[in-house]
Amino acid sequence: MPAIEVVNLQRAFSDQVLAVAGIDIEVQAGEIYAFLGPNGAGKTTTVRMLTTLLRPTGGSARVAGYDVVAEAAAVRRSIGVALQEAALDPLMTGEELIRLQATLHGLDRAEGRRRSDALLRRVGLTKAAKRRVGTYSGGMKRRLDLASALVHEPAVLFLDEPTTGLDPVSRKAIWEEVTKLNDEGATVFLTTQYLEEADQLADRVGIISDGRIVAEGTPEDLKAEVGKPRLELALAEGSPSACTAVLERFGKLLPAKDGTLVIEVETGAAAIAPVVRALDEAGILVESLDLLEPSLDDVFVEKTGQHLEGAEPGADGEAAEPVEEPA
Amino acid sequence: MNTLHVVAALGRRSILQTFRRPQLVAPLIIFPTLLLAIQSAGAGKAIDLPGFPPVDSFLDFLLAGAMIQSAMFGGNAAGIALAVDIEMGFTDRLLATPISRFAIVAGRLAGTAVLGALTAVWFLAIGLIAGVQIEEGVPGALLILLLVTLAALAFGSLGAALALRTGSASIVQGAFPLVFVILFLSTAFFPENLLVEPARTIAEYNPLSFIVDAARDPVISSFSISDLLEGLAGIALLGGIGVALSSQALKRRIKVG
Repeated sequence: MPAIEVVNLQRAFSDQVLAVAGIDIEVQAGEIYAFLGPNGAGKTTTVRMLTTLLRPTGGSARVAGYDVVAEAAAVRRSIGVALQEAALDPLMTGEELIRLQATLHGLDRAEGRRRSDALLRRVGLTKAAKRRVGTYSGGMKRRLDLASALVHEPAVLFLDEPTTGLDPVSRKAIWEEVTKLNDEGATVFLTTQYLEEADQLADRVGIISDGRIVAEGTPEDLKAEVGKPRLELALAEGSPSACTAVLERFGKLLPAKDGTLVIEVETGAAAIAPVVRALDEAGILVESLDLLEPSLDDVFVEKTGQHLEGAEPGADGEAAEPVEEPA
Repeated sequence: MNTLHVVAALGRRSILQTFRRPQLVAPLIIFPTLLLAIQSAGAGKAIDLPGFPPVDSFLDFLLAGAMIQSAMFGGNAAGIALAVDIEMGFTDRLLATPISRFAIVAGRLAGTAVLGALTAVWFLAIGLIAGVQIEEGVPGALLILLLVTLAALAFGSLGAALALRTGSASIVQGAFPLVFVILFLSTAFFPENLLVEPARTIAEYNPLSFIVDAARDPVISSFSISDLLEGLAGIALLGGIGVALSSQALKRRIKVG
Protein backbone atom coordinates (compact mmCIF):
# COMPACT_ATOMS: atom_id res chain seq x y z
CA MET A 1 0.00 0.00 0.00
CA PRO A 2 1.45 3.42 -0.93
CA ALA A 3 1.96 5.85 1.96
CA ILE A 4 0.45 8.62 -0.16
CA GLU A 5 -1.84 8.06 -3.11
CA VAL A 6 -3.22 11.05 -4.97
CA VAL A 7 -5.55 10.78 -7.95
CA ASN A 8 -6.54 13.80 -10.05
CA LEU A 9 -6.46 16.04 -6.96
CA GLN A 10 -7.82 19.53 -7.56
CA ARG A 11 -8.44 22.68 -5.60
CA ALA A 12 -10.29 25.66 -6.99
CA PHE A 13 -10.76 28.83 -4.98
CA SER A 14 -13.81 31.06 -5.06
CA ASP A 15 -12.49 33.08 -7.98
CA GLN A 16 -12.37 29.85 -9.98
CA VAL A 17 -8.57 29.88 -10.08
CA LEU A 18 -7.32 26.30 -10.06
CA ALA A 19 -4.47 26.35 -7.55
CA VAL A 20 -4.05 22.60 -8.03
CA ALA A 21 -5.28 21.47 -11.40
CA GLY A 22 -5.50 17.67 -11.17
CA ILE A 23 -2.35 15.98 -9.93
CA ASP A 24 -1.46 12.32 -9.47
CA ILE A 25 1.20 11.23 -6.98
CA GLU A 26 2.15 7.91 -5.48
CA VAL A 27 4.68 7.86 -2.66
CA GLN A 28 5.82 4.51 -1.32
CA ALA A 29 6.40 3.88 2.39
CA GLY A 30 9.93 4.81 3.37
CA GLU A 31 10.42 7.20 0.45
CA ILE A 32 11.42 10.88 0.53
CA TYR A 33 9.35 12.67 -2.07
CA ALA A 34 10.17 16.30 -2.85
CA PHE A 35 7.64 18.62 -4.39
CA LEU A 36 9.70 21.23 -6.21
CA GLY A 37 8.33 24.44 -7.63
CA PRO A 38 8.34 28.23 -7.38
CA ASN A 39 6.12 30.27 -5.06
CA GLY A 40 2.49 30.01 -6.08
CA ALA A 41 2.93 26.75 -8.00
CA GLY A 42 0.48 24.86 -5.77
CA LYS A 43 2.87 23.13 -3.36
CA THR A 44 1.40 24.44 -0.12
CA THR A 45 -2.18 24.01 -1.34
CA THR A 46 -1.38 20.35 -2.05
CA VAL A 47 0.17 19.86 1.39
CA ARG A 48 -2.81 21.52 3.05
CA MET A 49 -5.15 19.10 1.26
CA LEU A 50 -3.03 16.07 2.15
CA THR A 51 -2.88 17.12 5.80
CA THR A 52 -6.69 17.66 5.94
CA LEU A 53 -6.40 21.43 6.45
CA LEU A 54 -8.12 22.13 3.14
CA ARG A 55 -10.84 20.15 1.37
CA PRO A 56 -10.13 19.22 -2.23
CA THR A 57 -12.65 20.39 -4.81
CA GLY A 58 -11.94 17.40 -7.03
CA GLY A 59 -10.16 14.06 -7.16
CA SER A 60 -9.10 12.01 -4.15
CA ALA A 61 -6.16 11.44 -1.86
CA ARG A 62 -5.25 8.75 0.64
CA VAL A 63 -2.55 9.18 3.26
CA ALA A 64 -1.35 6.21 5.33
CA GLY A 65 -4.25 4.29 3.79
CA TYR A 66 -6.96 6.76 4.85
CA ASP A 67 -9.05 9.08 2.71
CA VAL A 68 -8.22 12.72 3.51
CA VAL A 69 -11.90 13.75 3.44
CA ALA A 70 -13.86 10.74 4.70
CA GLU A 71 -11.28 9.57 7.25
CA ALA A 72 -9.66 12.89 8.14
CA ALA A 73 -9.25 12.08 11.86
CA ALA A 74 -7.41 8.85 11.06
CA VAL A 75 -5.14 10.75 8.66
CA ARG A 76 -4.33 13.30 11.38
CA ARG A 77 -3.39 10.52 13.81
CA SER A 78 -0.95 9.09 11.24
CA ILE A 79 0.84 12.24 10.09
CA GLY A 80 3.35 14.71 11.44
CA VAL A 81 3.16 18.19 10.00
CA ALA A 82 5.72 21.00 10.01
CA LEU A 83 4.14 23.91 8.21
CA GLN A 84 5.78 26.74 6.29
CA GLU A 85 7.25 29.54 8.41
CA ALA A 86 7.13 27.37 11.56
CA ALA A 87 3.80 28.35 13.13
CA LEU A 88 5.07 28.48 16.70
CA ASP A 89 3.76 30.52 19.62
CA PRO A 90 6.59 32.91 20.54
CA LEU A 91 5.28 33.16 24.10
CA MET A 92 5.57 29.44 24.83
CA THR A 93 8.80 27.70 25.75
CA GLY A 94 10.11 24.94 23.50
CA GLU A 95 9.31 22.37 26.16
CA GLU A 96 5.74 23.63 26.64
CA LEU A 97 5.12 23.50 22.91
CA ILE A 98 6.19 19.87 22.50
CA ARG A 99 4.30 18.79 25.62
CA LEU A 100 1.18 20.53 24.34
CA GLN A 101 1.61 18.74 21.01
CA ALA A 102 1.91 15.42 22.91
CA THR A 103 -1.37 16.13 24.74
CA LEU A 104 -3.09 16.98 21.45
CA HIS A 105 -2.05 13.56 20.17
CA GLY A 106 -3.55 11.85 23.21
CA LEU A 107 -0.34 11.02 25.08
CA ASP A 108 -0.50 11.11 28.87
CA ARG A 109 1.56 13.61 30.84
CA ALA A 110 4.41 11.23 31.76
CA GLU A 111 4.78 9.93 28.21
CA GLY A 112 4.56 13.47 26.83
CA ARG A 113 7.35 14.58 29.15
CA ARG A 114 9.52 11.59 28.22
CA ARG A 115 9.12 12.12 24.49
CA SER A 116 9.53 15.88 24.79
CA ASP A 117 12.86 15.45 26.61
CA ALA A 118 14.05 12.88 24.05
CA LEU A 119 13.03 14.99 21.04
CA LEU A 120 14.56 18.20 22.41
CA ARG A 121 17.78 16.26 22.94
CA ARG A 122 17.56 14.83 19.45
CA VAL A 123 17.31 18.25 17.79
CA GLY A 124 19.89 19.83 20.11
CA LEU A 125 17.50 22.13 21.99
CA THR A 126 17.78 20.75 25.53
CA LYS A 127 19.56 23.86 26.80
CA ALA A 128 16.99 26.14 25.17
CA ALA A 129 14.00 24.03 26.28
CA LYS A 130 12.85 26.47 28.96
CA ARG A 131 13.38 29.57 26.84
CA ARG A 132 10.51 31.22 25.03
CA VAL A 133 10.31 30.37 21.34
CA GLY A 134 10.39 34.09 20.50
CA THR A 135 14.06 34.14 21.50
CA TYR A 136 15.00 31.26 19.15
CA SER A 137 16.87 31.73 15.87
CA GLY A 138 15.21 30.69 12.60
CA GLY A 139 17.12 27.39 12.58
CA MET A 140 16.16 26.60 16.17
CA LYS A 141 12.50 27.28 15.39
CA ARG A 142 12.57 24.87 12.45
CA ARG A 143 14.24 22.18 14.55
CA LEU A 144 11.63 22.67 17.26
CA ASP A 145 8.86 22.51 14.67
CA LEU A 146 10.32 19.28 13.31
CA ALA A 147 10.60 17.81 16.82
CA SER A 148 6.99 18.69 17.62
CA ALA A 149 5.85 16.99 14.41
CA LEU A 150 7.52 13.77 15.60
CA VAL A 151 6.03 13.58 19.09
CA HIS A 152 3.49 10.86 18.23
CA GLU A 153 5.94 8.93 16.00
CA PRO A 154 3.98 9.50 12.76
CA ALA A 155 4.15 7.15 9.80
CA VAL A 156 4.16 9.99 7.28
CA LEU A 157 5.86 13.32 7.74
CA PHE A 158 4.88 16.46 5.80
CA LEU A 159 7.44 19.26 5.71
CA ASP A 160 6.32 22.41 3.94
CA GLU A 161 9.43 24.33 2.85
CA PRO A 162 11.37 23.20 5.92
CA THR A 163 14.46 25.28 5.21
CA THR A 164 13.14 28.43 3.56
CA GLY A 165 14.85 31.44 5.11
CA LEU A 166 17.58 29.42 6.85
CA ASP A 167 21.33 29.90 6.57
CA PRO A 168 23.32 27.05 4.95
CA VAL A 169 24.45 25.57 8.28
CA SER A 170 20.92 25.41 9.72
CA ARG A 171 19.66 24.05 6.42
CA LYS A 172 22.21 21.26 6.50
CA ALA A 173 21.22 20.37 10.08
CA ILE A 174 17.59 19.98 8.97
CA TRP A 175 18.66 17.84 5.98
CA GLU A 176 20.65 15.55 8.24
CA GLU A 177 17.71 15.13 10.58
CA VAL A 178 15.31 14.41 7.69
CA THR A 179 17.74 11.83 6.28
CA LYS A 180 18.06 10.21 9.70
CA LEU A 181 14.30 10.06 10.12
CA ASN A 182 13.97 8.48 6.71
CA ASP A 183 16.66 5.92 7.60
CA GLU A 184 14.54 5.06 10.63
CA GLY A 185 11.62 4.29 8.32
CA ALA A 186 9.59 7.51 8.07
CA THR A 187 7.99 8.45 4.78
CA VAL A 188 8.69 12.11 4.06
CA PHE A 189 6.76 14.41 1.75
CA LEU A 190 8.50 17.76 1.52
CA THR A 191 7.95 20.85 -0.55
CA THR A 192 10.82 23.06 -1.54
CA GLN A 193 11.85 25.80 -3.92
CA TYR A 194 15.51 24.88 -3.51
CA LEU A 195 16.98 22.70 -6.23
CA GLU A 196 19.80 21.49 -4.03
CA GLU A 197 17.40 20.43 -1.32
CA ALA A 198 15.40 18.26 -3.71
CA ASP A 199 18.59 16.91 -5.25
CA GLN A 200 20.24 16.04 -1.95
CA LEU A 201 17.29 14.65 -0.03
CA ALA A 202 14.73 13.19 -2.35
CA ASP A 203 14.40 9.66 -3.66
CA ARG A 204 11.95 11.10 -6.16
CA VAL A 205 11.06 14.62 -7.22
CA GLY A 206 7.81 15.98 -8.58
CA ILE A 207 8.14 19.32 -10.36
CA ILE A 208 5.01 21.44 -10.08
CA SER A 209 4.20 24.51 -12.12
CA ASP A 210 0.86 26.32 -12.29
CA GLY A 211 -0.85 23.58 -10.32
CA ARG A 212 0.27 20.72 -12.57
CA ILE A 213 3.05 18.18 -12.23
CA VAL A 214 5.25 18.74 -15.25
CA ALA A 215 7.92 16.13 -14.47
CA GLU A 216 8.46 13.35 -11.97
CA GLY A 217 11.24 10.87 -11.30
CA THR A 218 14.50 10.38 -9.46
CA PRO A 219 16.75 13.45 -9.62
CA GLU A 220 19.20 11.43 -11.75
CA ASP A 221 16.56 10.29 -14.24
CA LEU A 222 15.10 13.79 -14.54
CA LYS A 223 18.51 15.30 -15.21
CA ALA A 224 19.40 12.54 -17.66
CA GLU A 225 16.23 13.36 -19.59
CA VAL A 226 17.41 16.88 -20.40
CA GLY A 227 21.02 16.25 -21.33
CA LYS A 228 24.26 14.47 -20.65
CA PRO A 229 27.15 15.62 -18.48
CA ARG A 230 29.69 17.86 -20.26
CA LEU A 231 33.41 18.50 -19.83
CA GLU A 232 34.57 22.05 -20.33
CA LEU A 233 38.31 22.68 -20.87
CA ALA A 234 40.43 25.77 -21.16
CA LEU A 235 43.86 25.21 -22.74
CA ALA A 236 47.05 26.53 -21.15
CA GLU A 237 49.37 25.30 -23.92
CA GLY A 238 48.98 23.31 -27.14
CA SER A 239 46.99 23.55 -30.31
CA PRO A 240 43.18 23.57 -30.11
CA SER A 241 42.96 21.32 -33.14
CA ALA A 242 45.17 18.67 -31.48
CA CYS A 243 43.07 18.95 -28.38
CA THR A 244 39.87 18.61 -30.40
CA ALA A 245 41.22 15.45 -31.97
CA VAL A 246 41.86 13.94 -28.54
CA LEU A 247 38.54 15.03 -27.10
CA GLU A 248 36.53 13.63 -30.01
CA ARG A 249 37.62 10.17 -28.95
CA PHE A 250 35.62 10.59 -25.72
CA GLY A 251 32.44 12.28 -26.79
CA LYS A 252 30.59 14.63 -29.09
CA LEU A 253 32.09 18.12 -29.37
CA LEU A 254 29.62 20.90 -28.52
CA PRO A 255 29.67 24.62 -29.36
CA ALA A 256 31.59 26.53 -26.67
CA LYS A 257 32.62 30.08 -25.79
CA ASP A 258 35.99 31.39 -27.01
CA GLY A 259 39.05 29.80 -25.42
CA THR A 260 37.18 26.74 -24.23
CA LEU A 261 36.23 23.36 -25.62
CA VAL A 262 33.18 21.36 -24.52
CA ILE A 263 32.39 17.69 -25.04
CA GLU A 264 29.43 15.62 -24.00
CA VAL A 265 30.48 12.65 -21.87
CA GLU A 266 28.18 9.69 -21.25
CA THR A 267 29.91 8.57 -18.08
CA GLY A 268 30.13 11.89 -16.22
CA ALA A 269 32.90 12.10 -13.62
CA ALA A 270 34.30 8.72 -14.68
CA ALA A 271 35.40 10.30 -17.96
CA ILE A 272 37.70 12.86 -16.33
CA ALA A 273 40.72 10.62 -15.61
CA PRO A 274 40.93 9.06 -19.11
CA VAL A 275 40.54 12.48 -20.78
CA VAL A 276 43.28 14.02 -18.62
CA ARG A 277 45.62 11.08 -19.32
CA ALA A 278 45.01 11.28 -23.08
CA LEU A 279 45.64 15.04 -23.14
CA ASP A 280 48.80 14.59 -21.10
CA GLU A 281 50.08 11.90 -23.48
CA ALA A 282 49.43 14.30 -26.39
CA GLY A 283 51.46 17.01 -24.62
CA ILE A 284 48.50 19.34 -24.16
CA LEU A 285 48.47 21.43 -20.97
CA VAL A 286 45.04 22.19 -19.55
CA GLU A 287 44.43 25.36 -17.53
CA SER A 288 41.05 24.29 -16.18
CA LEU A 289 38.66 21.40 -16.54
CA ASP A 290 35.07 21.42 -15.25
CA LEU A 291 32.42 18.77 -15.23
CA LEU A 292 29.04 20.38 -15.97
CA GLU A 293 26.11 18.21 -15.02
CA PRO A 294 22.49 18.99 -15.91
CA SER A 295 20.64 20.46 -12.92
CA LEU A 296 17.05 20.23 -11.86
CA ASP A 297 16.79 23.83 -13.02
CA ASP A 298 17.63 22.59 -16.53
CA VAL A 299 14.77 20.14 -16.09
CA PHE A 300 12.54 22.96 -14.92
CA VAL A 301 13.50 25.12 -17.91
CA GLU A 302 12.93 22.20 -20.29
CA LYS A 303 9.48 21.51 -18.88
CA THR A 304 8.18 25.01 -18.20
CA GLY A 305 10.29 27.31 -20.36
CA GLN A 306 11.44 29.35 -17.33
CA HIS A 307 14.02 29.16 -14.60
CA LEU A 308 13.02 28.18 -11.09
CA GLU A 309 12.80 31.32 -8.98
CA GLY A 310 16.18 32.09 -7.42
CA ALA A 311 18.11 29.58 -9.51
CA GLU A 312 21.16 30.86 -11.41
CA PRO A 313 20.76 30.08 -15.07
CA GLY A 314 23.32 27.42 -15.89
CA ALA A 315 24.37 26.98 -12.26
CA ASP A 316 24.66 23.50 -11.00
CA GLY A 317 21.66 23.28 -8.87
CA GLU A 318 21.66 25.91 -6.18
CA ALA A 319 19.28 28.72 -5.49
CA ALA A 320 20.19 32.09 -4.02
CA GLU A 321 21.40 31.82 -0.43
CA PRO A 322 18.74 32.71 2.08
CA VAL A 323 19.65 34.52 5.26
CA GLU A 324 18.84 33.27 8.72
CA GLU A 325 16.58 35.47 10.81
CA PRO A 326 18.27 37.12 13.77
CA ALA A 327 17.85 35.35 17.10
CA MET B 1 -8.72 10.84 23.23
CA ASN B 2 -9.72 12.71 26.33
CA THR B 3 -11.29 15.94 25.05
CA LEU B 4 -11.40 17.45 28.54
CA HIS B 5 -7.67 16.86 28.87
CA VAL B 6 -7.12 18.70 25.58
CA VAL B 7 -9.45 21.58 26.55
CA ALA B 8 -7.60 21.91 29.87
CA ALA B 9 -4.20 21.98 28.11
CA LEU B 10 -5.38 24.62 25.61
CA GLY B 11 -7.02 26.61 28.41
CA ARG B 12 -3.76 26.57 30.36
CA ARG B 13 -1.91 27.84 27.30
CA SER B 14 -4.48 30.59 26.88
CA ILE B 15 -4.00 31.76 30.50
CA LEU B 16 -0.19 31.67 30.23
CA GLN B 17 -0.39 33.57 26.94
CA THR B 18 -2.47 36.31 28.61
CA PHE B 19 -0.08 36.72 31.54
CA ARG B 20 2.94 36.74 29.21
CA ARG B 21 1.47 39.45 26.98
CA PRO B 22 1.09 42.67 29.01
CA GLN B 23 -1.20 44.24 26.42
CA LEU B 24 -3.74 41.47 27.17
CA VAL B 25 -3.48 41.82 30.97
CA ALA B 26 -3.90 45.60 31.03
CA PRO B 27 -7.51 45.66 29.79
CA LEU B 28 -8.48 42.86 32.18
CA ILE B 29 -7.21 44.41 35.40
CA ILE B 30 -5.58 47.80 35.04
CA PHE B 31 -8.13 49.75 32.94
CA PRO B 32 -11.25 48.65 34.85
CA THR B 33 -9.50 49.20 38.19
CA LEU B 34 -8.39 52.71 37.20
CA LEU B 35 -11.84 53.55 35.85
CA LEU B 36 -13.42 52.22 39.04
CA ALA B 37 -11.09 54.34 41.18
CA ILE B 38 -11.61 57.50 39.14
CA GLN B 39 -15.38 57.16 38.89
CA SER B 40 -16.00 56.20 42.51
CA ALA B 41 -13.75 58.99 43.82
CA GLY B 42 -14.70 61.66 41.30
CA ALA B 43 -18.45 61.10 41.04
CA GLY B 44 -19.11 59.77 44.53
CA LYS B 45 -21.80 62.40 45.12
CA ALA B 46 -23.98 60.71 42.49
CA ILE B 47 -25.48 58.55 45.21
CA ASP B 48 -27.13 61.65 46.69
CA LEU B 49 -29.23 62.14 43.56
CA PRO B 50 -32.94 61.63 44.12
CA GLY B 51 -33.93 58.15 42.92
CA PHE B 52 -30.45 56.63 43.32
CA PRO B 53 -30.71 53.17 44.90
CA PRO B 54 -29.80 53.11 48.58
CA VAL B 55 -26.06 52.27 48.76
CA ASP B 56 -23.27 52.97 51.25
CA SER B 57 -20.96 54.39 48.56
CA PHE B 58 -20.74 54.81 44.77
CA LEU B 59 -18.04 52.12 44.83
CA ASP B 60 -20.65 49.61 46.10
CA PHE B 61 -22.75 50.45 43.05
CA LEU B 62 -19.88 50.42 40.54
CA LEU B 63 -18.13 47.23 41.64
CA ALA B 64 -20.32 44.87 39.62
CA GLY B 65 -20.04 47.14 36.57
CA ALA B 66 -16.23 47.06 36.79
CA MET B 67 -16.25 43.26 36.98
CA ILE B 68 -18.53 42.91 33.96
CA GLN B 69 -16.45 45.51 32.12
CA SER B 70 -13.37 43.40 32.83
CA ALA B 71 -15.21 40.29 31.62
CA MET B 72 -16.07 42.11 28.38
CA PHE B 73 -12.47 43.18 27.90
CA GLY B 74 -11.49 39.56 28.60
CA GLY B 75 -13.83 38.42 25.84
CA ASN B 76 -12.29 40.91 23.44
CA ALA B 77 -8.78 39.83 24.49
CA ALA B 78 -9.75 36.18 23.90
CA GLY B 79 -10.87 37.11 20.40
CA ILE B 80 -7.62 38.99 19.72
CA ALA B 81 -5.51 36.06 20.97
CA LEU B 82 -7.47 33.59 18.83
CA ALA B 83 -7.12 35.85 15.78
CA VAL B 84 -3.36 36.10 16.41
CA ASP B 85 -3.26 32.28 16.49
CA ILE B 86 -5.06 32.18 13.14
CA GLU B 87 -2.78 34.84 11.63
CA MET B 88 0.44 33.13 12.72
CA GLY B 89 -0.75 29.67 11.66
CA PHE B 90 -0.93 28.23 15.17
CA THR B 91 -4.56 27.26 14.60
CA ASP B 92 -3.45 25.18 11.60
CA ARG B 93 -1.02 23.38 13.91
CA LEU B 94 -3.99 22.49 16.14
CA LEU B 95 -6.24 21.57 13.20
CA ALA B 96 -3.62 19.14 11.88
CA THR B 97 -3.90 17.07 15.09
CA PRO B 98 -6.69 14.58 15.82
CA ILE B 99 -8.46 16.76 18.42
CA SER B 100 -12.09 17.82 18.11
CA ARG B 101 -12.32 21.04 16.09
CA PHE B 102 -14.49 22.56 18.80
CA ALA B 103 -11.88 21.82 21.49
CA ILE B 104 -9.83 24.65 19.93
CA VAL B 105 -12.55 27.20 20.77
CA ALA B 106 -13.52 25.44 24.02
CA GLY B 107 -9.90 25.60 25.21
CA ARG B 108 -9.74 29.32 24.54
CA LEU B 109 -13.08 29.85 26.34
CA ALA B 110 -11.99 27.73 29.32
CA GLY B 111 -9.00 30.03 29.72
CA THR B 112 -11.24 33.09 29.40
CA ALA B 113 -13.60 31.75 32.08
CA VAL B 114 -10.71 31.13 34.50
CA LEU B 115 -9.42 34.65 33.86
CA GLY B 116 -12.95 35.96 34.47
CA ALA B 117 -13.03 34.19 37.84
CA LEU B 118 -9.60 35.57 38.74
CA THR B 119 -10.61 39.13 37.89
CA ALA B 120 -13.82 38.72 39.94
CA VAL B 121 -11.67 37.69 42.90
CA TRP B 122 -9.43 40.72 42.29
CA PHE B 123 -12.34 43.18 42.26
CA LEU B 124 -14.02 41.57 45.27
CA ALA B 125 -10.70 41.83 47.12
CA ILE B 126 -10.06 45.48 46.29
CA GLY B 127 -13.72 46.27 46.99
CA LEU B 128 -13.50 44.71 50.45
CA ILE B 129 -10.21 46.50 51.13
CA ALA B 130 -11.82 49.80 50.07
CA GLY B 131 -14.71 49.24 52.49
CA VAL B 132 -17.42 47.66 50.33
CA GLN B 133 -19.79 45.50 52.34
CA ILE B 134 -21.31 42.57 50.46
CA GLU B 135 -24.82 42.45 51.86
CA GLU B 136 -25.29 38.75 51.08
CA GLY B 137 -21.91 37.79 52.59
CA VAL B 138 -19.89 34.81 51.37
CA PRO B 139 -22.76 33.17 49.43
CA GLY B 140 -23.29 36.50 47.67
CA ALA B 141 -19.58 36.72 46.78
CA LEU B 142 -19.66 33.17 45.39
CA LEU B 143 -22.72 34.03 43.33
CA ILE B 144 -20.92 37.09 41.92
CA LEU B 145 -17.92 34.90 41.10
CA LEU B 146 -20.17 32.47 39.22
CA LEU B 147 -21.97 35.22 37.29
CA VAL B 148 -18.74 37.00 36.25
CA THR B 149 -17.17 33.68 35.19
CA LEU B 150 -20.22 32.80 33.07
CA ALA B 151 -20.32 36.33 31.65
CA ALA B 152 -16.63 36.08 30.68
CA LEU B 153 -17.46 32.81 28.92
CA ALA B 154 -20.31 34.46 27.00
CA PHE B 155 -18.23 37.51 25.98
CA GLY B 156 -15.36 35.17 25.06
CA SER B 157 -17.64 33.27 22.69
CA LEU B 158 -18.56 36.56 20.96
CA GLY B 159 -14.85 37.48 20.69
CA ALA B 160 -14.09 34.01 19.33
CA ALA B 161 -16.88 34.31 16.75
CA LEU B 162 -15.45 37.60 15.47
CA ALA B 163 -11.92 36.15 15.40
CA LEU B 164 -12.99 33.01 13.54
CA ARG B 165 -15.11 34.97 11.11
CA THR B 166 -12.47 37.59 10.23
CA GLY B 167 -9.17 35.88 11.13
CA SER B 168 -7.81 39.35 11.81
CA ALA B 169 -6.51 40.54 15.19
CA SER B 170 -6.75 44.19 14.16
CA ILE B 171 -10.46 43.85 13.31
CA VAL B 172 -11.18 42.19 16.67
CA GLN B 173 -9.15 44.89 18.39
CA GLY B 174 -11.18 47.46 16.48
CA ALA B 175 -14.29 46.21 18.31
CA PHE B 176 -12.78 47.37 21.63
CA PRO B 177 -14.45 50.82 21.70
CA LEU B 178 -17.82 49.11 21.20
CA VAL B 179 -17.39 47.65 24.69
CA PHE B 180 -17.58 51.18 26.12
CA VAL B 181 -20.62 52.09 24.04
CA ILE B 182 -22.47 48.96 25.18
CA LEU B 183 -21.38 49.50 28.80
CA PHE B 184 -22.46 53.15 28.94
CA LEU B 185 -25.81 52.21 27.41
CA SER B 186 -26.46 49.81 30.29
CA THR B 187 -26.85 50.04 34.03
CA ALA B 188 -23.17 49.23 34.58
CA PHE B 189 -22.22 52.70 35.81
CA PHE B 190 -25.50 54.45 36.48
CA PRO B 191 -29.00 53.41 37.53
CA GLU B 192 -31.50 53.05 34.70
CA ASN B 193 -34.04 55.43 36.25
CA LEU B 194 -31.49 58.27 36.20
CA LEU B 195 -30.43 57.85 32.58
CA VAL B 196 -31.92 60.15 29.94
CA GLU B 197 -33.66 58.99 26.79
CA PRO B 198 -32.86 57.19 24.54
CA ALA B 199 -30.12 55.72 26.77
CA ARG B 200 -32.74 54.79 29.35
CA THR B 201 -34.81 52.67 26.96
CA ILE B 202 -31.71 51.06 25.46
CA ALA B 203 -30.41 50.24 28.95
CA GLU B 204 -33.77 48.76 29.86
CA TYR B 205 -33.45 46.14 27.10
CA ASN B 206 -29.66 45.82 27.03
CA PRO B 207 -28.82 42.23 28.13
CA LEU B 208 -25.75 43.66 29.82
CA SER B 209 -28.00 45.55 32.27
CA PHE B 210 -29.57 42.27 33.39
CA ILE B 211 -26.14 40.71 33.89
CA VAL B 212 -24.75 43.70 35.84
CA ASP B 213 -27.88 44.00 37.98
CA ALA B 214 -27.71 40.30 38.88
CA ALA B 215 -24.07 40.69 39.91
CA ARG B 216 -24.81 43.93 41.81
CA ASP B 217 -27.76 42.66 43.86
CA PRO B 218 -25.73 40.57 46.33
CA VAL B 219 -23.54 43.65 47.03
CA ILE B 220 -26.11 46.39 47.56
CA SER B 221 -29.32 44.61 48.55
CA SER B 222 -30.80 41.24 49.25
CA PHE B 223 -30.68 38.32 46.85
CA SER B 224 -33.42 38.39 44.20
CA ILE B 225 -34.24 35.21 42.30
CA SER B 226 -35.91 37.15 39.48
CA ASP B 227 -32.85 39.38 38.97
CA LEU B 228 -30.61 36.30 39.04
CA LEU B 229 -32.73 34.52 36.42
CA GLU B 230 -32.75 37.63 34.25
CA GLY B 231 -28.96 37.88 34.59
CA LEU B 232 -28.52 34.23 33.66
CA ALA B 233 -30.89 34.69 30.73
CA GLY B 234 -28.79 37.64 29.53
CA ILE B 235 -25.64 35.53 29.74
CA ALA B 236 -27.38 32.62 27.99
CA LEU B 237 -28.59 34.90 25.21
CA LEU B 238 -25.16 36.45 24.53
CA GLY B 239 -23.36 33.10 25.02
CA GLY B 240 -25.86 31.34 22.75
CA ILE B 241 -25.33 33.90 20.00
CA GLY B 242 -21.54 33.68 20.48
CA VAL B 243 -21.46 29.88 20.39
CA ALA B 244 -23.75 29.69 17.34
CA LEU B 245 -21.71 32.28 15.41
CA SER B 246 -18.40 30.67 16.50
CA SER B 247 -19.59 27.26 15.41
CA GLN B 248 -20.73 28.60 12.03
CA ALA B 249 -17.47 30.54 11.53
CA LEU B 250 -15.30 27.57 12.53
CA LYS B 251 -17.12 25.25 10.10
CA ARG B 252 -16.72 27.82 7.33
CA ARG B 253 -13.04 28.29 8.15
CA ILE B 254 -12.39 24.53 8.05
CA LYS B 255 -14.29 24.21 4.77
CA VAL B 256 -12.59 27.14 3.06
CA GLY B 257 -9.21 26.46 4.66
